[in-house]
Amino acid sequence: MTDPRGWRYAEVAEVRHDTPHSVTLCLDVPGRVRHLAGQHYVVRLTAEDGYRAQRSYSVASAPDAPLLELFVERLEDGEVSTYLADVVEPGDELEIRGPIGGWFAWNGTTPALGVGGGSGVVPLISMLRHNSDNFRIAASVRTAEDLPYANELTAAGALIAVTREDFGGRAKGRLTAQELLPLYAPGAVCYVCGSAAFAEAASMLLLDIGVPTEDIRVERFGPSG
Amino acid sequence: MSRPTRGFVGKRRAPRDRRLPPGQYDIGRDFPVLTAEVTPSVRTERWTMAIDGLVRQPGKWTWDELHRLPQEEYRGDIHCVTTWSKFDTRFGGVSVDLLLDQVEPLPEATHVLATSTTGYTTNLPLEHLRNGKAWLVWTHEGKPLHREHGGPVRLLVPHLYFWKSAKWITKLTLLDHDEQGFWERNGYHDLGDPWTEQRYQGD
Ligand SMILES: Cc1cc2nc3c(=O)[nH]c(=O)nc-3n(C[C@H](O)[C@H](O)[C@H](O)COP(=O)(O)OP(=O)(O)OC[C@H]3O[C@@H](n4cnc5c(N)ncnc54)[C@H](O)[C@@H]3O)c2cc1C
Repeated sequence: MTDPRGWRYAEVAEVRHDTPHSVTLCLDVPGRVRHLAGQHYVVRLTAEDGYRAQRSYSVASAPDAPLLELFVERLEDGEVSTYLADVVEPGDELEIRGPIGGWFAWNGTTPALGVGGGSGVVPLISMLRHNSDNFRIAASVRTAEDLPYANELTAAGALIAVTREDFGGRAKGRLTAQELLPLYAPGAVCYVCGSAAFAEAASMLLLDIGVPTEDIRVERFGPSG
Repeated sequence: MSRPTRGFVGKRRAPRDRRLPPGQYDIGRDFPVLTAEVTPSVRTERWTMAIDGLVRQPGKWTWDELHRLPQEEYRGDIHCVTTWSKFDTRFGGVSVDLLLDQVEPLPEATHVLATSTTGYTTNLPLEHLRNGKAWLVWTHEGKPLHREHGGPVRLLVPHLYFWKSAKWITKLTLLDHDEQGFWERNGYHDLGDPWTEQRYQGD
């Protein structure tokens, strides 16, 4: 197939374990189509007997970065995430397709606010790397050690909410509307990403601080994200 | 055919149920939510359902008018493109056939664009809404359809991936050509048949 976003094989160039329950994969994608920050790829795994499993993963790298970077949270007993986290090595090839999605995507020219829960931070990292001048970010995680891209988030002055531990002078607890208010500039488009439950709660906070419904874009990471 | 991925065996959980299309798993009792927008609250007093486009007489129904029509129940399976399927679930409402018969589609109508109160759209071939394959529903498991699941009224087209079953439905527009909806413009398939895994454009 000649579809530039269709199935193709990418070579795994780098495998990192930046947090205890995750893997970061950097892929060399032949003939890669430039993605918009926020878009995702699909990874498809095939067993010897033809059995297949496919899952979506958001792009963490900036559109102009040479390698495509994915951050995958390892879910206990998850079919694809445990394979990616435990088995994949540099030099392996992975079947992928993308980039996909045109709604949860940002071209970097207008002010935006990202609110991510857990691995929902990943597409927001792509946005941050693309244009940090126009982008504010709030990240929510259960424990500090599980925060993806902790150094970059800290350096960018992100609001970091850790729900189960006190962290950086902030008492443990969920994100609040009060915390989000100073990050929001009227007119900014808000990108909310994470599990279905997180996305629901975070969009309600944004509505509470007066963000118009049409300025909120939501990406829900499947059933249990 | 894809090349095998080194070292991948997969978790073939439990023997596969014949009701499960390829690449899907049984979610059990859960009913996850997947939408791109903020969940709206739609007030039934103000809500209307319209059918327009290539029809002999455009139709519009209020919540009460819809409830006065003969009701039907769908009992069966639903399949979401994010890979979960839900078996043996019940929705109640009216058959789309009933509404289409009232507006009388013109012979040149081939496709339908479904629109939600949020502006969400999805496209379907008209024949896939015909002959007992599609409903407008407002109950689930005998209770009012929760707004997170598209209440007060959603479209139900259970033989296609569930994004075709537009939540918070308010309009069907009949067309003589296929016009891509929200997910379809963003790379998802125009038909979305779970049995042949039509997830993305080109599948
Ligand atoms: C647009 C999009 C973007 C995404 N981006 C990212 C991203 O950047 N990073 C990321 O980490 N994730 C992302 N996700 C989520 C990702 O696609 C996967 O859903 C996730 O990695 C889990 O897949 P899995 O195969 O490991 O787990 P699965 O095998 O699908 O299982 C998920 C959970 O359900 C349980 N489960 C599944 N089936 C059964 C069963 N039969 N019986 C019992 N339990 C079961 C598992 O134990 C596990 O906890 C994204 C999802 C979407 C839709």
